[in-house]
Amino acid sequence: MARYSIFEIARHAVTGHRHWPRAWRDPAPKASYDVVIIGGGGHGLATAYYLAKEHGIRNVAVLEKGWLGGGNTGRNTTIVRSNYMLPANARFYEFSLKLWEGLSAELNFNVMFSQRGVLNLAHSDAQLDAFARRGNAMRLHGIDAELLDREEVRAMVPLLDLSERARYPVAGGLLQRRGGTARHDAVAWGYARAADGLGVDIIQNCAVTGFAREGGRVSGVETTRGPIRTPKIGIAVAGHSGHVAAMAGLRLPIESHVLQAMVSEPLKPMLDTVVTYGAGHFYVSQSDKGELVMGGDLDMYNSYAQRGNLPALAEVVASGMQLFPIMSRLRLMRHWGGVMDMTMDGSPIIGKLPLCGLYLDGGWCYGGFKATPASGWVFAHTIAHDRPHALNEAYSLERFATGHVLDEKGAGPVPNAH
Amino acid sequence: MLLIKCPWCGERDHTEFTYGGDASVSRVRPAAQAPPAAWHDYVYLRDNPLGRHLELWHHTASCRRWITVERDTLSHAITASVPAGDRSGSGER
Repeated sequence: MARYSIFEIARHAVTGHRHWPRAWRDPAPKASYDVVIIGGGGHGLATAYYLAKEHGIRNVAVLEKGWLGGGNTGRNTTIVRSNYMLPANARFYEFSLKLWEGLSAELNFNVMFSQRGVLNLAHSDAQLDAFARRGNAMRLHGIDAELLDREEVRAMVPLLDLSERARYPVAGGLLQRRGGTARHDAVAWGYARAADGLGVDIIQNCAVTGFAREGGRVSGVETTRGPIRTPKIGIAVAGHSGHVAAMAGLRLPIESHVLQAMVSEPLKPMLDTVVTYGAGHFYVSQSDKGELVMGGDLDMYNSYAQRGNLPALAEVVASGMQLFPIMSRLRLMRHWGGVMDMTMDGSPIIGKLPLCGLYLDGGWCYGGFKATPASGWVFAHTIAHDRPHALNEAYSLERFATGHVLDEKGAGPVPNAH
Repeated sequence: MLLIKCPWCGERDHTEFTYGGDASVSRVRPAAQAPPAAWHDYVYLRDNPLGRHLELWHHTASCRRWITVERDTLSHAITASVPAGDRSGSGER
């Protein structure tokens, strides 16, 4: 695999850029692999990459039922942050943010990681106090956090409605400057190309239909492109985690819900950070193309449909207009839905499943995109060593039985509340 | 918009209702002295089916009654809605 560089661009310019090689191969599945990863999104591809790079396990297949990054990797609002309070979450997401900071160089692929900051707005003194507590917890974990008053917010985001007339006047905010956005498709493509370069087979249009077992452990997968033998299977299928685990006879503490996102028509630069609303559920950033990228709450009922309903959409834009009255005359250009695997405590599950040889990386709720590098890194470690890394020990499936839940929001076992 | 047929009020927009989750779970509440594993299954585990799903909806903006709805989680087609707790209803297991 030729490295991308300015010299390669110059070399291909001579022939009018008509002869760039494809970024990864399109192999037919082999009869057996050392590890099979189900799901060709960011998490699955990152897992395959780190299996090959960190653990020398290169006889790996990534099976994708559709196309690479066509699920939640290509449907999220691209926000990257590590502003968590619970120690296990803070450690994990900060590790992820540090991987993001070196990711373009690591993968030799520009993932357009932009540390433009993530600003959470507070709308009461009590909420600002709660943010101060979270910010202090973050700083104790070595994560950057700054508490802003209203004037500092105004200096940073002048188009916000910061008047006293606002329905929920802004009191201040918690800023993580190292947070930001990344180009989500590029993350899937970058990991795919780098994994392929290390020998990983990426097989698209290949759906898993069942598991083969031998002597109390998995021995392979049944797929729409024939059976594949393997002693280790990693599941990284986001919203379909429960559905795929059910093929192995397992029930999970997960419900699948649809979450919508949307973009406006393109605008001139108006917002150079990520802003989240504290009096409702709304988050917005501006893409390099100029579109406002927006999201909010779930549609709230169980759904496997990658499309949502208008009432949820209307609530999101209504929240947006409370923050940015300038949005009132914008047209929406596109909206879409993704299927979230909502866990019972709002934190992910990365670890072994009760069936030997079967591993799960799922339960990402709203927050899977920012976790992509660390998720792949710890999942690869878990599969290679058959035990979790210190960074994902707390994300075991068993935590629900032992009572060690990680409920960052304190919402209780109600998946759509997280 | 989902149109949910309330047994008392007729067909209404789903925004009149509050979603109450998987109806099959709440029907099998363990005894207080049941082993922790039974409570773990009850509180945390879900079938989370792709397809037919029995679920509770609370008609909060109107009659304030709970109903059990049978809905497809992929197509959103609603095939039954009966008063919650009505075991004779076509939507119950």
